Amino acid sequence: MPNLFVKEGPEEYLEALYKLTRNGTPVKTTDLAKHLGVSPASATQMIQRLAEKGCVEYIPYRGARLTNQGRSEGARMTRKHRLLETFLVSVLNMRRDKAHAEACELEHHLSDEAEEALCRILKHPEFCADDKMPIPPCDSPFSSCAECMASGTYSKLRRSQPIKPLSSLEKGESAKIAFIRAGRGAVQRLCDMGLTPGTPVKMVTSAPLKGPVEIEVRGSKLAIGWGIASRIFVEAGSLG
Amino acid sequence: MVDPKAELCIGLAGNANVGKSVIFNELTGFSQVIGNWPGKTVEKASGTLFFEGRRINLVDLPGIYSLSTFSDEEIISRQFIAEQKPDAIINVVDATVLERNLFFTLQLMELEAPLVVALNVYDLAQSRGIVIDLERLSAELGVPVVPTVAIKRVGLTDLLRAAIRVADERSMPKRPTYGPEVESRIACLTNLVENLVTSSHYPSRWIAVRLLEGDPQVEGMVHSPALLVEAGRLRSELEGIHGEPASIVMASERYALANRISSACQKFIQPPHRTLASRIDFLTTHGIWGYVIMFFLVVGLFLAVFAFGNWLSGVLDGILDHIRPFLTALGPGPLARILREGLVEGLFAAVSIALPYVLPFYLALSLLEDSGYLARIAFLMDSIMHKIGLHGKAFIPMLLGFGCNVPAVLGCRIMETRRERLIAAFVSTLVPCSARTIVILALVGKYLGPGYALSLYILDIAIIFALGRLAYKTVPGEPIGLIMEMPSYKKPSGRVVVNQTWFRISGFIIMAFPLIMAAGAIIVAADTFGGLQWASKLLSPLTVGVLGLPAAMGVLLIVGVLRKELTVLTLASVLGTHQFTAVLTPIQMYVFSFVVMLYIPCVATIAALAKEFGWKDAAYVTIFEIAFALAAAGLLYRILLLIGWP
Repeated sequence: MPNLFVKEGPEEYLEALYKLTRNGTPVKTTDLAKHLGVSPASATQMIQRLAEKGCVEYIPYRGARLTNQGRSEGARMTRKHRLLETFLVSVLNMRRDKAHAEACELEHHLSDEAEEALCRILKHPEFCADDKMPIPPCDSPFSSCAECMASGTYSKLRRSQPIKPLSSLEKGESAKIAFIRAGRGAVQRLCDMGLTPGTPVKMVTSAPLKGPVEIEVRGSKLAIGWGIASRIFVEAGSLG
Repeated sequence: MVDPKAELCIGLAGNANVGKSVIFNELTGFSQVIGNWPGKTVEKASGTLFFEGRRINLVDLPGIYSLSTFSDEEIISRQFIAEQKPDAIINVVDATVLERNLFFTLQLMELEAPLVVALNVYDLAQSRGIVIDLERLSAELGVPVVPTVAIKRVGLTDLLRAAIRVADERSMPKRPTYGPEVESRIACLTNLVENLVTSSHYPSRWIAVRLLEGDPQVEGMVHSPALLVEAGRLRSELEGIHGEPASIVMASERYALANRISSACQKFIQPPHRTLASRIDFLTTHGIWGYVIMFFLVVGLFLAVFAFGNWLSGVLDGILDHIRPFLTALGPGPLARILREGLVEGLFAAVSIALPYVLPFYLALSLLEDSGYLARIAFLMDSIMHKIGLHGKAFIPMLLGFGCNVPAVLGCRIMETRRERLIAAFVSTLVPCSARTIVILALVGKYLGPGYALSLYILDIAIIFALGRLAYKTVPGEPIGLIMEMPSYKKPSGRVVVNQTWFRISGFIIMAFPLIMAAGAIIVAADTFGGLQWASKLLSPLTVGVLGLPAAMGVLLIVGVLRKELTVLTLASVLGTHQFTAVLTPIQMYVFSFVVMLYIPCVATIAALAKEFGWKDAAYVTIFEIAFALAAAGLLYRILLLIGWP
């Protein structure tokens, strides 16, 4: 089957970088090219274009990494892609490989309003129905999915700060709890330990290989497993 | 004022790691009784003390962070406070983490019990430059606040006096007041509760708050559909305003109040530079150095424990050998044999084999726990333990399991929910303990070679991974990953560590010794009256048919329930020869060792499981492991026959 999806567009690059970057480590240009199935030369060219736009930071010999702006762009595209894929697989019962290709095409044409409506109709899924990868959260100013579901209308308001998982904070970085996507027991437990929405937290350290993170909250230190930490979303940079 | 009671009941409540148990041990000493809460498998520690002519019954409540329905411990604690109506509650608070601890204090205040706050590790707070305005704090909460340093016994007399005064005066703490949109709904519901709920141990306002939060246990407690409907309506109003579940709104409200009180009452005078503890913390959680330090520390500790255990075991064995000749005085008859070889040898085995290892294990565990290092191990091992469906804290009991499964099962208490405890304990019973190591080395290691012995270990670890994941998927309950406080490093107090070890070891002796002795007596009795031969015949379809072993080895599998190393120690007498290679094929040796490694937790481990989880779950684990071992070994036997290995 011929390759139909737009591999060359800047949005695909941001999406790929979002997928490949972990903990702010730069992605090598060759890895990026291999992932997208393009030549290293065109990957280098696109990275330079993205760097000019302020989406990507290029570190010679180490590769490219997303800036805050690039990260939220990448998250937005990934979110659209995975929401569409979930819709195609679980509602329209499409074959998975076809759904992936289809989603790659459609994601570039999906408006933010349609994206939010899609999320609501799918009952705010947490993971993509196809590859079980986490769907990044939206940047609507709701403090929980329940609130969004209840409102039922599209709000043009966006969060002033990008949202990212607690697990992706760097050492010493501070942020505020935005919302937690987890089961009732876990949310209650986290709140009992002081992680209520709006609480400032600071990353102390994280264990390697998707190990837990150690954070400072309300004057005490907590260790939180990677699984939960990646489901606690924070508003970064909103704190001195 | 009412006449002061001669006998008082005082409860100790507080977060984990605040020194609550230390205060309890210091106050009650050797009078304490460890048991379970009725109908639950949560440990209950109580003790009595006499103070200024009063008899005080002190109950140590579990260390918890909230009074919701997250765990049995939380439910037990609030039931105790509301239903048993203790004369006073001592709330132990960590002075260095005031805000988070006050969150719990506020919940105790909601329960309207006479309250005293023990501001513990007060010295540590001072050394970190935290200045707390005690009078202000006491006024804000409406309860006496007593600074204490439990491990140095500072402030404990004042604490007791304050608790007795509060109990005599039945003085109530202030009522915590939350935001207006919450308060108006609480007031509305409280009115309804007062009218509709006639007899309840719980304060009306508390019931109202919990109904607003949607607490499932309280909803089941009030038998008024009208009240539930109204509570549901008010709850969705509140959720509409805040856009969050009401239980989170309430948690936020409590934290907001805790924050307001703590910032009003404490000042930070920044200490000049980083403390030693924080520098150790940095190194021990470091991505590389943390693992290096942990490796050497844990391996070192284990070697020390084993070396000490070996030495002590030898010494005790030597002493017991001197006693043995006197036992012949019991005479020949069958009854004397049951007494001598069953009861007494059972006791000797417990003293000379189990105890020498359990004792240093407990000592090491206490040291790791009290210093705060245990939390760092859990932190570093979390991602690896996740592969077995457990979280980091389970690494310690599993490690203990290599020595003896009994302390491993008991050590699972460090996990928070019952679900996690049960999975960790189940996995721990599959870890080859020192007795199983003896069997593997003495049979497979000696006759087939160390490579084959190693392959058994590898097989076992693979099985642990597979069954751990299976248990993770099948045990009911919501899996909650690691959410753990990282206590700051403290220098452990020798006295506290020794006390703690003593209490744990005496608990172990009381629980395991009678069982080991009784099981010994039963097996010897069965042997004396020919029961074992009969049982062997009965088992022969399994031993011969499924496992391909000589029928006589059925006896060994029965004896092994008592102590697994007996299976190899009595092998010669059962087979009638020391030339094992003449009567057993290599495959039979391999399969036999495999079965012994997995088939049943020994009787002491079963007792430990029963103590921690009740007889029902202990029976499930035991039956599952027998069935699994037989099925797996039967399969292994056929595969080995097919491929002709070893």
